[in-house]
Amino acid sequence: MTVQAGMPDTFPKLLLMHARERGDRPAIREKDLGIWQTFTWSQVRDEVEALAAGLSKAGLRRGAHVAVIGANRPRLYWTLIAAQSLGASPVPFYEDAPSQEMIYVFQNADIAFAVVEDQEQADKLFEILPQCPTLKHIWYDDPRGLKHYTQPELASYESLCAAGRDWARANPGLLESEIAKSHGGDTAIMLYTSGTTGSAKGVVLTYDNLVMSSRAYADLEGLRDDEEVLAYLPMAWIGQNVFSYAQWMVVGFRINCIESGETVMTDMREIGPTYYFAPPRVLEALLTQVTIRMEDASWIKRRMFQHFMALARRVGANLLDGKPVSAADRVRYALGNLLVYGPLRNALGMTRIHVAYTAGEAIGPDLFVFYRSLGINLKQLYGSTETSVMVCVQPNGEVRPDTVGPPMKGVEIRVLDSGEIVLRCPGLFRAYYKNDVATREAKDPEGWYHTGDAGYFDAGGHLKIIDRAKDVGKLSDGTLFAPKYLENKLKFFPYVKEAVAFGHQRAEATAMINIDVQAVGDWAERRGIPYAGYTDLAAKPQVIELVRDCVEKVNADLAADPKLSASQIHRFVILHKELDADDGELTRTRKVRRGYIGEKYATIVDALYSGVERCVVEAQVRFEDGRTGNVRAELGMHPARTFAAQAGRAAA
Amino acid sequence: MNLNERTTTAAGRAIGDVVLAVEGVSLAFGGVKALTEVSFDVREHEVRAIIGPNGAGKSSMLNVINGVYRPQHGRITYLGRTHGHMDPHDAAARGIARTFQSLALFKGMSVLENMLAGRNLMMKTNIFLQALRIGPALREETEHRKRVEEIIDFLEIQHVRKTPVGRLPYGLQKRVDLGRALAAEPKVLLLDEPMAGMNVEEKQDMSRFILDVNDEFGTTIVLIEHDMGVVMDLSDRVVVLDYGRKIADGTPDEVRASQAVIDAYLGVKH
Repeated sequence: MTVQAGMPDTFPKLLLMHARERGDRPAIREKDLGIWQTFTWSQVRDEVEALAAGLSKAGLRRGAHVAVIGANRPRLYWTLIAAQSLGASPVPFYEDAPSQEMIYVFQNADIAFAVVEDQEQADKLFEILPQCPTLKHIWYDDPRGLKHYTQPELASYESLCAAGRDWARANPGLLESEIAKSHGGDTAIMLYTSGTTGSAKGVVLTYDNLVMSSRAYADLEGLRDDEEVLAYLPMAWIGQNVFSYAQWMVVGFRINCIESGETVMTDMREIGPTYYFAPPRVLEALLTQVTIRMEDASWIKRRMFQHFMALARRVGANLLDGKPVSAADRVRYALGNLLVYGPLRNALGMTRIHVAYTAGEAIGPDLFVFYRSLGINLKQLYGSTETSVMVCVQPNGEVRPDTVGPPMKGVEIRVLDSGEIVLRCPGLFRAYYKNDVATREAKDPEGWYHTGDAGYFDAGGHLKIIDRAKDVGKLSDGTLFAPKYLENKLKFFPYVKEAVAFGHQRAEATAMINIDVQAVGDWAERRGIPYAGYTDLAAKPQVIELVRDCVEKVNADLAADPKLSASQIHRFVILHKELDADDGELTRTRKVRRGYIGEKYATIVDALYSGVERCVVEAQVRFEDGRTGNVRAELGMHPARTFAAQAGRAAA
Repeated sequence: MNLNERTTTAAGRAIGDVVLAVEGVSLAFGGVKALTEVSFDVREHEVRAIIGPNGAGKSSMLNVINGVYRPQHGRITYLGRTHGHMDPHDAAARGIARTFQSLALFKGMSVLENMLAGRNLMMKTNIFLQALRIGPALREETEHRKRVEEIIDFLEIQHVRKTPVGRLPYGLQKRVDLGRALAAEPKVLLLDEPMAGMNVEEKQDMSRFILDVNDEFGTTIVLIEHDMGVVMDLSDRVVVLDYGRKIADGTPDEVRASQAVIDAYLGVKH
């Protein structure tokens, strides 16, 4: 793929183009002291010029790295562009990253310059300064609390820009001449991946990667320069970087920086974004708020909500997909739109959205369908930091809750025998910074990137991601077994908090389940079922039936999928204690450690497969105050109904 | 202690001269003696605490300082002017603001409106112009709104600026009450049990805000507090009252070591 002739190939060049072509139009807004402050493209250009000159005078050279630490603030965005204008690469950090985790990145990238948001971030850097001898300058945006600091490294953003303005006056044309030196193949940005194993890796992305994939995507969705986008996710996350920076620069729309993390809902209502991006957890939190508020509403509103949401679930998504819907239902949906969906979209700040995306993790079908049924065009996409996100995107009219869509233009995907997805795409990263071993592991000599994800293409040519490749196993008859896929399906039920699926090299799949004490407790209270605590609640026959129902629904779902119908869950057990990170059963980010659990509860796993009906376990639990105690429980092994594979239906 | 000696705290704010002095104040309600011959002073930019067991006369002392109560004896010197008693309106106009133990907020009004109400004394245009929102009134309102927004930003309550105060949790209401008092841009801020009824986290937040107010705006702070730990961490100097009498006065360390204070708090036979 080549860049369109004449189009700027780097972000700083794009900035100059926007300043020329749409200089008076708003580029970025920030809510400051309760009022949205607007900066036009030409103002942004001037700010960037001052900042870049300041950085240049302070000694920032081509190829160096600049740390950018903080929430979404215009000045931090300008830092990205200013650094890139000088041929340096910005390295954004998660604002909530603990200082100890920052040390590695500073050392790895030899960072000498940092622009930070506030005192909190400055404090963190001073804490790690002794271990990061390369760090020479720290500039801060918000002066609050910093006026008594005397460290020589520290200076204000304003002072940097003031020096820059003088320097720019003394060296006219500095910005333009520096920008002209950059090319599409240069490093644009470096993003460190969280790295579930080992140290973080710096993913080097070039302008070509980001500009080309952003442009392909903008063409696909028909993005225009009057889109409103809310900038509210961490800048260090590739999703935010692509949606609020790369695409912003490529398309020239407006980004709006929220006031604070707690005001997102209000800010979103005020801005009314037209193009929106949210990971599933954000969408889930929004839905929870809606649900809570509806429960507090008067019964008329509640009944109306229930009635019309049932209708929306039935026909809403079909209407959005342009599928046939009866005239009567269309009329009823229009009435619902007037009474419920419209006001609800408005309350969510989603009235103007013409396309919304979710990515980052698997999304529950109920959650996904809720937004779509309201008429919000929520879609899924697939990608990672290494691929500049854009790999697969669901086209309009082909949106499904359980796939991520067909490959985008220019993306080649193969599925290896092991189930792992490998791909080549224009957005593919150049290398891991100073880590050739890891680069070679991830990218083979022909340029195929090994995603580490397992999946397959369904009959419609959509990619379906089922699990991490290393976790995918095989049942004893050789069919594919993806534990995480089953676990996610179970966890989409509100009553299931955690699930652990087993089946690798076994004849059939089984599962351990943790109920959600809150959801199931509520459920039990409403039915007048008394219980003492988790262990007691988990052993109630009614609760077992409730969970069995969830498991059987999952089985029915799996039966419809020819590749996975063999993975239906034959038996399950409800654990006597909640899985806990303190007991080593979950990681700190709350992912189940399947292998460890399998060993720790070997007796239960054996019981699940030996056909006994009950088994006695003793487990050590660690209380929050550090003491340990023993929990002894008798657990029942419960069979669940399985269904015959419906190959015919799935293929149709 | 030499009153003219300038001391500097670690944070770098300079403790200045005496801004408020209370001399020999006695207050009685009929036969009940609330305060007996109490004298102490407050210096510019310092955090001054008044502590004591229940019924020691702490709130009465604050009420005397801002003129709600008239003491029978004694003098109060504020900013060089000496009075037998203060007048509440005059005290407010001359830069004394306070918060209340039992919150003084308009529950049905939003956080923003409550804080704007705190600037009432500074509004120069007349009520008719304000009602019509024309000319100078509009300009003035914009200016007031800006100052209030700065305080909202400072206290990190942006997310509730348009929420009616009555709907907020107690800890946040306390913060709004502080904001309402700050909106008057006081020289001396009287805080009546700012931490009462809060959980540990809310107390930490509030302590940080009090120190920040003191540090950023240079506001002199007189606070009453029950929680000894909080007082000792926050204040530069502490006055201890018991049964309406001053039993100790000094730095937190001096006060902590005082036998009279230990007796008053732990109880001995009187």
